[in-house]
Parts: sequence; C-alpha cells; structure tokens
Amino acid sequence: MATSAFAPNARGYYGQFGGAFIPEMLYPNVEELRNQYLDILADPSFQQEYQQLLRDYVGRPTPLFEAKRLSAKYNTRIYLKREDLCHTGAHKVNNTVGQILLAQRLGKKRIIAETGAGQHGVATATVCALMGLECIVYMGEIDMERQKPNVYRMRLLGAEVRPATSGSKTLKDATNEAIRDWISNPVDTHYIIGSVVGPHPYPDLVARLQAVISEEMRKQLLEKTGSELPNYVVACVGGGSNAAGAFYHFLDEPDVKLVAVEAAGHGVDSGHSAATSVLGKPGIIHGSRTLLMQDEDGQITEPYSLSAGLDYPGIGPLHAYLGDSGRARFIAITDDDALRSVAELSRLEGIIPALETAHALAALDQIGAGPDDVVVVNLSGRGDKDLETYLKYAEKLTEQK
Amino acid sequence: MTLKYPMKDRIKTTFEQKGKKLLNVYFTAGYPTLEATVPLIEAVTEAGADLVEIGMPFSDPLADGPVIQHSGTVALQNGMNMRVLFRQLQGVRQRVPDAPILLMGYLNPVMQFGVENFCREAAEAGVDGVILPDLPLDDYVEEYQEIFRRYNLRPVFLITPQTAPERIRRIDELTDSFLYLVSGPGTTGSQQGQAEGVQEAYFQRIEAMNLRNPRLIGFGIGDKSSFDRACQYAEGAIIGSALIKAMDGVDDAPAAARRFVQSVLN
Ligand SMILES: Cc1ncc(COP(=O)(O)O)c(C=O)c1O
Repeated sequence: MATSAFAPNARGYYGQFGGAFIPEMLYPNVEELRNQYLDILADPSFQQEYQQLLRDYVGRPTPLFEAKRLSAKYNTRIYLKREDLCHTGAHKVNNTVGQILLAQRLGKKRIIAETGAGQHGVATATVCALMGLECIVYMGEIDMERQKPNVYRMRLLGAEVRPATSGSKTLKDATNEAIRDWISNPVDTHYIIGSVVGPHPYPDLVARLQAVISEEMRKQLLEKTGSELPNYVVACVGGGSNAAGAFYHFLDEPDVKLVAVEAAGHGVDSGHSAATSVLGKPGIIHGSRTLLMQDEDGQITEPYSLSAGLDYPGIGPLHAYLGDSGRARFIAITDDDALRSVAELSRLEGIIPALETAHALAALDQIGAGPDDVVVVNLSGRGDKDLETYLKYAEKLTEQK
Repeated sequence: MTLKYPMKDRIKTTFEQKGKKLLNVYFTAGYPTLEATVPLIEAVTEAGADLVEIGMPFSDPLADGPVIQHSGTVALQNGMNMRVLFRQLQGVRQRVPDAPILLMGYLNPVMQFGVENFCREAAEAGVDGVILPDLPLDDYVEEYQEIFRRYNLRPVFLITPQTAPERIRRIDELTDSFLYLVSGPGTTGSQQGQAEGVQEAYFQRIEAMNLRNPRLIGFGIGDKSSFDRACQYAEGAIIGSALIKAMDGVDDAPAAARRFVQSVLN
C-alpha cells in the first residue's frame, strides 16, 4: 500500500490536521486502540475473518458498473462503484465489520455508535447482532425524524437508539453523546465511530477499513478499461469515510484527480450550509484538529444540509489536508441540485441513490471531464432511507435546472 | 529572567495555609445572568470557598454532564465570550485578593482567541491557573508550556481511575499547583455508582504515590457528606454541578450560591 505521502504521522497528524484532543477520561481507551490497531489489522486471523465477512456477509466485491446513459448525458465515461449494493445499503458496513472484529480482540462487550443518516447506526446494529454484542446508537432527534426507516431497522436488529437532544440535534450532537457515553463506560465499551473523524487513530483506522473500495476499483478498472487508474474519482464527504475509501489507493497517483463533494445546503453563502472546506477554519471537533465551521469565538456553528449524513460541521483531518495541499478538489452542491440528481440517476440508470450520494453525482457537470476521461463515482448508498424526503420534495426532484 | 507577572503564588499559599478540607467551587461564567460572574466569585469566597473555577462556556462540552452543558448554553445565549469574561474580571483582584481563580474550558475557544492573548489577558486579570481537559499533555509541553510559564499561569491536569502510574508521575512533574482527581468514570455531575471500596482503593493508591502536588477530588461531589468523604483522601474537593443546580430559577443567584457553600462547609 503506497499511501506514504498521505499517511498520518505517529501522533496522528496529516500536516497540521489530526491529533487526539481528548479529555484524560478517554486517554486509556484511545491509547489502547492506538497501540493495537495496526497489529490487529495486520494479524492473519483478523484478515481472514474480515475478508470472509466482506465476501460472504457484505457481498463484496461490489460491482463497478459502466453507466452508459449517464455517460452519454455528461459526455464522458462514468463508472459507478456500487457500495449501495453492500449489505445494509451503504459503504458504512465495511467499517463496522472491521471494527466489530477489532472490538472482540480488545475484549469489549458493549458497542456504542453515533449516526446521522442512520446508515452507520444500522451497519453497527447489524454487526452487533451478528456477534451477539450489546449495541447503543446515539442519533440526533431531528435525524430520527427524517430517517425514520433506519430507526426502525436499528430497533429490529436489537439495538437501543438513544436520541441526542442537545445543540442542533443532529450528527454532531449524536457524536458528543456517544463520546460522553464512552467517558462513562471506559472499560467494557468500544466506540465504533462512523467516519474518518475523531481522535487519532480513528481517522486512519476507518480509512484503512474503507480502503477496500479503491482496492477493488483498481482491479475492476484494469479489467474494464485496461488501466488501473481513472482520470477522476468523485465522492461525497460528510465526515469523509466513503471518500477516504474511494481515494485511498489513488492518493499517491497524482494523475488521478480526486473530487470531494460537500453539501452546500441552501447555498454556501446562505447561512444554511455544511460546506466545511469553504466555511471552516482550523479548530477542534470531536478530538481532532481539522477544518471546522465555527464563529469568531470558537463556538461550533450548526451546519445545515437536507441530507442527514452530510450535516456535519467538520471534515476528517485527512480531507482537510487533501484540500489544503491541493491534492483533492472540493465542490459544494445544494439540496436542490442533489435532489435533481436523485431523479436523474433513477431514470437514466434505474438506481435510486441515497441523498448523500446524490451530491457526488450532482458534481459531474463541474469536474471538467472530457469524452475520453474515465470517471468513477463512489455510489456510497441507496435511497430507500430517503423515500419520505423524496416524496416530500417530489416536485423539486424533477424540475429542470 | 525578570517575570512581567511576578504575582504571588496564590494556589501554593492557599494549600499551605489551610492544608486540608479545601473547597474549590466551579460555576459557568455568564450564568445565570451575563453579569453574575464576579458577584458569584465574591459570594462563594465570602461564604468560605477556598478556590474558584470559572467555566468558559463552549458549544460542545464533551466532558460535561447535562447541568453544566445547560449552564453553558444559557451563558452563550446571554452573550458570554472570552472578551466579555476578561472585561468582567478586570478589577476582581481588588475585591477578591487571595483566593486562587482558575479558568476551565475547552481548547477550541482558547485557540481561536489565541493562546498567547488568552494567557496575557488571564494573567492581567489575576487568574492563577487554567484547566483545559482536551489539551493533550504532549501538545501542552511542545506548544504551550513556555507561554503558560511566561505569564505565570499554572495548568491543572486531570487524573482518572484508569490513568496509568507512569502517566500520573509525568502529570505530577508537569504540574505546579494541584492534581484534579476525577472520582470515577463519567462526565461532570454524574453520580458515581461504583462498588463499595473501589473509589477508596483508587484514592488510596494515588495517596500512596507520595506525589509533589496536593490533590483535589472532583466529579459527583455535591453536598456536605460527599465533600467530607472526599476530604478523607485528598486535600479537598471540587463542586460544580450541584452549585449550578442550586442557582436554578432563583432571583438572587449570589445569595443562593452563598447558602449552598455554607451548607457544604457547616
Ligand atoms: C450513503 C451515505 N453516503 C455518505 C455518507 C457520509 O459519510 P462519509 O462522508 O463518512 O462517507 C453517509 C452517512 O451517513 C451515507 O449514509
């Protein structure tokens, strides 16, 4: 794995971003994880179990699908990496399968998680059911309302869903509550964080567990196009886990252009946005120094996106670094443009994407890809969880730009 | 080197003079009303509190339970921020000359204010120490220790039941004030439902290490009996959430705070 230029240093820094800014109460847990995660991930017994579950339980490798009608529309060659076909309907499960095996090896009996769109919560509840471990998922009250089907799924899977009622009652606040739970249960509990955020080593751990996405892409591209390298890889960024997985094995390939797509909400300058790379300044959130939406006093501001999975005021430190160093280009997409892309993919390719994923698709006309270029869009999840939202905005879905 | 801020070491003096049963109280700046901060410092010290910890409100206080979270939210709505706090603290030393005053908060607002600016303003206001639970030890040593020293500000670090002995020694070495012993797992204000003897064993284990610095026990201490019990194992204890609760919905917050402190001490 040639990821040297973009790997974190020993203290978890990607350039000026990263680190582990945690209260002492979390220090032993995070230190235990930091000391052990690389050894555990490299352990043959771990790898064997992880690969087997990815294949037989998650359904990997996921297909790389040439989207011909979409390609015709954008006059380029578009391939969709079908993470929506993973068990539970999104890429999130790649991470939870790995982390549940890690938790077992650390001797943990109780699992906690935060969730925004509910996909990470469902993926965590799923692996906890599989392994017979207790599972508690924190979810913002507003997100519980807008992603109801996922709340039911988590409960059906045996997890307890606890509403986060502080702050903006969304992903940031659910993460706060999960961290507070971990502070209160430092010995028996493992926190399965859902994105490449949080204190070191989480950003690196989650990126490594999602890296299977780009590992498969390279093989599949070679088969389908004759080259392992595409011209563009496009992915949406909430915290940035699907993007980290899609970028990982291309980070040190400068010819591959990486495009990270954030949620502009009502528009970057509207005051209702989650476009952290534009609106954020360096700061500390959830134990990591990264780009952060905050006011001049350093209070974290409340982001907005119609999409629960992108409604987060930070981004993973790797992405802050990729943006800062110019390795990745960031594009921000509004709610309305994302909704139009939902309808577009549904009708052109027969695939209903998650609202998060639709942001990546909506960037296709901005990346500048030509007719001979190969573009891979990471189709991070399917749209079932968003049907209520799609129904509510049915008119916007099909209106012309 | 001549120190520009050669003030008396109030923390050391306080511990030396009293030695035991020291009460350190915490409340959030700007709660329950924006201008309550200084009247509360006066009220609690007059009532017998030995040290005062002033919380700098933050939107996302990870180590705090519901009571302190709520006080921070109210304080921010009241308009509290770092500039307002330092303006309020100007002149506090004329009214409260001796009790150590510490600022407690999270790193991000301090970073945005500028660490050097923060230390200078704090020192000029007569602040003695700073508690930033999410400031990692290594980052403190590498980036901030020199600045803290320049302004004669003492950092205070937390120790928990899970903190390893070598790490406790290192924290003790880096400290020149007191050690903040977190009583058990949990956020501020949580009741410690630990098995009989577990907490005692932890306190005794720390006591037996013969550390350089005195110790104060905090988290979940809320009344006279829990205060007295904590004082058996350390030089004193810290009370926060219970004091803030005692001010909830009252008209005269300083009077309520005074009564609360008296109820703990008498
Ligand atoms: C389908 C889907 N895509 C993307 C995301 C955003 O997360 P990340 O940026 O970590 O991939 C989510 C989060 O819930 C999601 O459900």
